[in-house]
Amino acid sequence: MNKQGTLAAERRRKTIMSVVLAVICIIYVLPVLTVVINSFKVNTFVKTDTFAVPTGEMWAGFANFIKGMTFGNYPFWNSVKYSVLITVASTALILLFTSMAAWYIARVNSFFCKVIYYLCVFSMVVPFQMVMFTLSKTADSLHLNTPWTIPIVYLGFGAGLAIFMFVGFVKSIPLEIEEAASIDGCGPVRTYFSVVLPMLKPTMISVGILEIMWVWNDYLLPYLVLDINEYRTIPIHIQYLKGSYGTVDLGATMALILLSIIPVIIFYLICQKHIIKGVAAGAVKG
Amino acid sequence: MRKGIFKNPLRRWFWLFLGPVTAAFTIGFVWPFIQGIYLSFCKFKLIRNATFIGFGNYVSALKDASFMHSFWYTALFALTSLVFINILGFAAAYALTQGIKGSNLYRTVFFMPNLIGGIVLGYIWSMIFDGILSRYGTSILLETKYGFWGLIILMCWQQIGYMMIIYIAGLQAVPEDMLEAAKIDGATKTQTLFKVTIPNVMPSITICTFLSLTNGFKLFDQNLALTGGQPFIIQPDGSTIKTTEMLALNIYNTFYNSNSASKGVAQAKAVLFFILVAGIGLAQLAYTRKREVQQ
Repeated sequence: MNKQGTLAAERRRKTIMSVVLAVICIIYVLPVLTVVINSFKVNTFVKTDTFAVPTGEMWAGFANFIKGMTFGNYPFWNSVKYSVLITVASTALILLFTSMAAWYIARVNSFFCKVIYYLCVFSMVVPFQMVMFTLSKTADSLHLNTPWTIPIVYLGFGAGLAIFMFVGFVKSIPLEIEEAASIDGCGPVRTYFSVVLPMLKPTMISVGILEIMWVWNDYLLPYLVLDINEYRTIPIHIQYLKGSYGTVDLGATMALILLSIIPVIIFYLICQKHIIKGVAAGAVKG
Repeated sequence: MRKGIFKNPLRRWFWLFLGPVTAAFTIGFVWPFIQGIYLSFCKFKLIRNATFIGFGNYVSALKDASFMHSFWYTALFALTSLVFINILGFAAAYALTQGIKGSNLYRTVFFMPNLIGGIVLGYIWSMIFDGILSRYGTSILLETKYGFWGLIILMCWQQIGYMMIIYIAGLQAVPEDMLEAAKIDGATKTQTLFKVTIPNVMPSITICTFLSLTNGFKLFDQNLALTGGQPFIIQPDGSTIKTTEMLALNIYNTFYNSNSASKGVAQAKAVLFFILVAGIGLAQLAYTRKREVQQ
């Protein structure tokens, strides 16, 4: 009797918790929903009726999206292009070169390797503001200020965490596998690409996710390094729309914000497991 | 013997394996860092005509009322957000490890805001807050306390899911038999939570505490997009204090918005900022080491 009582109480407790969580969950989604409804709302109503569903005279249809695309004398499509280009190129460059470097560091372990490794660890605690002025000047003088060359800057400033995570993983791989490859006549380059690289895959995914999230959302580094009259990434574009003086078209801004978070949410829903794992790995190690 | 057959051939490939990262790392970190330290002791408009002046910039930085204001504001913000984010993140993780139906869905939703960039987050929330506050005839840009709590709410929305993930990993590692033993000994849920669960997830708590502390101190994008430092107060001596301006934004504004003569001061502020953030990192390292020794 008593046991049944506690079981019922336990079940009731779980139901209450479930309801509370569901309510919090809805509250959590509300900001995104607000963006959605305001992106279809006529601009003048965004400020006055922020939480109203756009009906009647408030309904703007896709006008905000069309306006947003060409807003501020800069085509939004270009920002999307540059954001994708910079994110993909930087992530690919970081994954390839830092994993190679990490293997070299872990296996050769000379004095120079140790210097590079500890500098990388050190760079993880340095905030961007410390180097932002000198880094943007250095990048400028080396002509690294285009979307095609800025990945080199990302490789340099973002090497720390990637090297740290890769070195940690390489050290856990037994040497014997590589020795077998070298006895079979593989040179270091072939050993790396056909033996070591495939084993690095789980860490590659974690590091890749962290770098994608960082580069895609990064605002200050590309803003300071790129020639912003010609090249704007999505965050720079949105900051320009909203941060510039004069009247701001909130409806169009919300339309662009919606367009920029839809791909992120889709990406998240598809690779959710990897993303959560990657983020947790980065946090625990960093 | 091992070294003989393996290490030497790889060493010859230095330029392929370590070369690219070394070059990029020098351009992207080492050189800017060294130059940054040097320039903090200089007066300069352009890097090439910098003149060495010693600690003058540091004195000016510490005398700058707006810098000191942003320091205290940032510290207050970092500590407040630390408390809220960690308590709520832990509560969420605890609730989601009780075997409630739909836990995976909730986890997905709570983590989602973490993927949205700081600038976009700032503008989403500035719209929401202004939508609420405009009914009372005010705005988030008009009062410091709105800006402060607005940023706290924003950061909670973004970071709770992140900390929750780390706490879930910690909670799942709590030994099952310990919880079982507590139950058999007649411990209540609350007793089990405080006497068994929390001591066992201390490593996660340490990580999350330091993580939210550094995140709070380094915050830039969200601060810029939500309030941009507004409202401003004009001081009697003519200088301006941007009341919701945090350290990173203050350094940025000193570099790029003020007259170019203050670039040296801005770089000195950046070095002080670096020492502060690195200090927190070192404290974390020392703390974790100490705990490991004890265990």
